[in-house]
Parts: sequence; structure tokens; C-alpha cells
Amino acid sequence: MSILVIAEHDNAALKAATLNTITAAARIGGDIHVLVAGHGCAAVAQAAAQVAGVAKVLVADAGHYADQMPEDLTALVVPLAAAYSHILAPATSQGKNFLPRVAALLDVAQISDIVAVESADTFVRPIYAGNALATVKSADAIKVISVRTTAFNAAGSGGSAVIETLTAAAVVCQSKVVGREISKSARPELAAAKIIVSGGRGLASGENYHKLMEPLADKLGAALGASRAAVDAGFVPNDYQVGQTGKIVAPQLYIAVGISGAIQHLAGMKESKVIVAINKDPDAPIFQVADYGLVADLFQAVPELTAAL
Amino acid sequence: MKILIPVKRVVDYNVKVRVKTDGTGIDLANVKMSMNPFDEIAVEEAIRLKETGLATEVLAVSCGVTACQETLRTAMALGADRAILVETDAELQPLAVAKLLKALVDKEQPKLVILGKQAIDDDANQTGQMLAALLGWPQATFASKVVLGSDKVTVTREVDGGLETVEIGLPAVVTTDLRLNEPRYATLPNIMKAKKKPLEIIKPADLGVDIAPRLTTLKFAEPPKRQAGIRVADIAELLAKLKNEAKVI
Repeated sequence: MSILVIAEHDNAALKAATLNTITAAARIGGDIHVLVAGHGCAAVAQAAAQVAGVAKVLVADAGHYADQMPEDLTALVVPLAAAYSHILAPATSQGKNFLPRVAALLDVAQISDIVAVESADTFVRPIYAGNALATVKSADAIKVISVRTTAFNAAGSGGSAVIETLTAAAVVCQSKVVGREISKSARPELAAAKIIVSGGRGLASGENYHKLMEPLADKLGAALGASRAAVDAGFVPNDYQVGQTGKIVAPQLYIAVGISGAIQHLAGMKESKVIVAINKDPDAPIFQVADYGLVADLFQAVPELTAAL
Repeated sequence: MKILIPVKRVVDYNVKVRVKTDGTGIDLANVKMSMNPFDEIAVEEAIRLKETGLATEVLAVSCGVTACQETLRTAMALGADRAILVETDAELQPLAVAKLLKALVDKEQPKLVILGKQAIDDDANQTGQMLAALLGWPQATFASKVVLGSDKVTVTREVDGGLETVEIGLPAVVTTDLRLNEPRYATLPNIMKAKKKPLEIIKPADLGVDIAPRLTTLKFAEPPKRQAGIRVADIAELLAKLKNEAKVI
């Protein structure tokens, strides 16, 4: 059995999500190959070769992979697939975007967002916003799988895989990127942070969010998150959103401020090790999952917490 | 320009589902069903494109049981012109739905397909991308803004790092994210009018599509329950707990 893991990267660095995906591949068992498709991505290939457990790194370096558009990435992966029993990618916005295309052209089902590997053909995945776990068995010859990164530890270093250069597939180029607004922040990435402070509708405005949440995050070295309500209200950008359809996080400490705790939000953070909730409503559902709940006015409690750290 | 909007009937987003005690499925008896919220956003977007004169016809389609007719009537009450139900009691997985939709696209020749990025029941997030691949069309997933031209569409996408704007040629598939628009409510007169709009019912066999499931669910289970912890009286107690008991700061 051989497993192909599609690396997530920005042509400069290998993204941490790839490391979690490699661990999931190792649970399945077999030779693990990593595909790095990009442009000027030699450093990414080097990094992938040093991940423990990787046998081979395949590099496709060409201009039409610079933005890893789904149509071109799919055209590259599909002809490679016959040599593999499994094709894995992280269930990030990039993985979710292209992987179903690969599955469809291979005429196989995709198994989305797995949180556990039972055997080479049987996997566990959450459904209904994580309110149920389904154990699914695939009858397809090639299993195409996206991996929930928070459910698997990051693979370590110490590998020394061979790096093989692939010939690029013919240019498809049906789509092109014409603009990007990528949030720049010195804070940790939400998906990989050890501590997250997350704000909700209770903050009442974007100004309050910045005034109260940012100093708290700075004191804790935390990433900033938000509920859907806070994003919809325009307090913070969309990439802050934690939840069923936003980011799934599992930090050591999650501090929910002014978040009531809709099931869609809980779906994104309930695997956190320790949850703290600060909310003035003693009946807010967030308290049902919080290890430590403080019923208080956040406008007093948050500055007090920040000052006490 | 004709726009196709696939819609799915799912458990209402306010319902907290329960796994059957014998682990054979989800208890759906007497549970409120609604249109998948992401598909409502797709319907709204298509109707707005028609209202601005960019689209000429909005065709709603659904695949599933007879009761999906209600979902299609809702789409027509919101403004879709007509509807097609691919009726079956069989379990439909995303690949099968994508194949059914491809057959309908081949027949109806829309220039744009808009659908939800994921359904809130199986949370698969696959159908739109699979459909685009089967058609050989470009895709723009997770849309938060759609600007339609005559031969291309410019879509702002919600991605992990922020926003990305892509330009794709038509015909194309677009999947919706939460902030694309705020869907309207159907008015009573429009609900009445929708009852008279054409709703065609066909079978998967009419489209010559194999819908056999590829995945078998062996078991359904409740996730481990998180126990509610304790209430702390003040910030001092909270900090003491985090430092000494949880040891996370």
C-alpha cells in the first residue's frame, strides 16, 4: 500500500496541517509519499523530505501551480492516483477546495474530515456539526480522504526522503487569482495556537473587540477567534470564525468571551483541552461545555483578567 | 442566462440531532426539516441576479425523497421559476448527487450553477466541486461576493488566511459561504404563487445515472460528552484554577 499526501504550502514554507495529515497517513500504514505542487517551491520539498515517516517527496514546480488552483492541481494528481491506495489532504480551505474534484474524476467517494482511522478502509468522521460520529467503510479501490488536522498530532522531524521531480501536467488554467486580502498578524495561527481567546456578540462592537480582546491575547500569546455572530456583525474578518463551517480548533486553552454557545460554534471548539466561558447570562449554553465558567459583565471581567496576568 | 440552483432538504439547523440508541442511524422521527441554509443563500443569490437582469431563468433542482417537493416549493416561493425533483428513496451520497446534477446540466444547459458549500447534515463539502470536475468546468467555492459578467464571473472566496478573489470563465460552478447575502423570507402571496409553478418529477434511471452508495456507515455514535465544569466567583479564582488545577497558563 502506498499513500499520497498532498502538501499544503505557500511556495515558501510547508504548512503545519500537512504534518497532521502525515500522521493520519501513518495510522493507515504503508509507504507515504508527499506531493508538493507549486512554483519555486524547492524549500517546501526539502522541508517535506525531513518529516518523519515520509518515504518520497514528489515535486511539480511550474508556473501554473503557483496559486495551486483546483483545476490544475486535480489534473496533476489524477494521473498519479493509480499507484496509490489512499490520497490524503488536510481538511483546510485549500484541501476542501480541490480534493472532491480528484475523487469525482477517479469515480470514487471522498471521505471528508476524518477524525480517526479504524483500518485501511474504515474511518470515523463527524456529521451534524459534530453531534454524531459516523464510522464509514469505503468500497472504492482508491480512498480519497480529507483529514481534520486537530484530531491527529503533528508528525515529527528526522526523515530523509528522496525527492523526485515530476513533469508538470498540461496547463488547464480555467481560473486565476486576481486579488488577495490575507490577514497579517504577529499572533499565532488560529488552527495551530495553544491558547485562543474568542469573542462573540456580547462585545457589541468591533471597537470593543479590539480594545478588550487584543490586550488579553497579547498577554497570553494567544490567537484571536470569534463566533459567527461577531463576524457577521463585522467586528472582525471572516478568517477569525470558529465553528462548524469556520475553523475547527483544539487548543490547550479556549477562552470564550460574550459567546452564547450555539451548537455550530461548539462544533468548532469543543475538543479544546480547557474551556473558559465569560458571559453575563448564567443560562448561556456555553457554560454546559466550559470547565470554568464566570458569570460576569465582560466589560469589567476582561480588563481585570488582562491586568491580573 | 439560465442559473441552476441545487437545493437539499436537511434537518433544520436549530434541531439538536440524536443518535438512535442502537447506533443504526440518526433519529429523524418528527424532526423539523428545512432547506440547507447554504442553499438558501444560493437561491437568494440567483434570484438577485435575475432581479438585476443578469439572469433570465432560475431553475431549482433537488435529489431525494418525495418530501423534497416542499423544499423546491420554498425555492419557487423565494423566486425560482420552475423546479425538477430527481425522486428516489435510496441513500444519496455526494458523488451520486454530483452525477445526477451533471445529467441535469447536460439537459438544461445553464451557464452557472450556484449551490451551498456544504450541507449541514453530512457536512461533506463535496458536491459542488465534484459537479464542476465531472463537467470539466472551473469552480469558485466558499463565495462571499459574486460579480457576474457575460462570459466570466469574479468571486471573492473565504479562505483560511482571509479572502481570495478569483476570476473564472463561464460556464462555472459557485458554492456559497455564509456572508454572500442574507436570504429573504417568502411572502404569503409568493408561497401561493409557487404552488402553480411547474415542478417536474423524474427518476435517477431516467437520467441513466448509477447512484449506488460507495460508503457504508457501519455505526453511528454520540461523541463523548463534555461535562460542564464549575462556576468561579471572580477573576482571582479563575486565574488560580487555570494556574494550579488546569495548569494551562
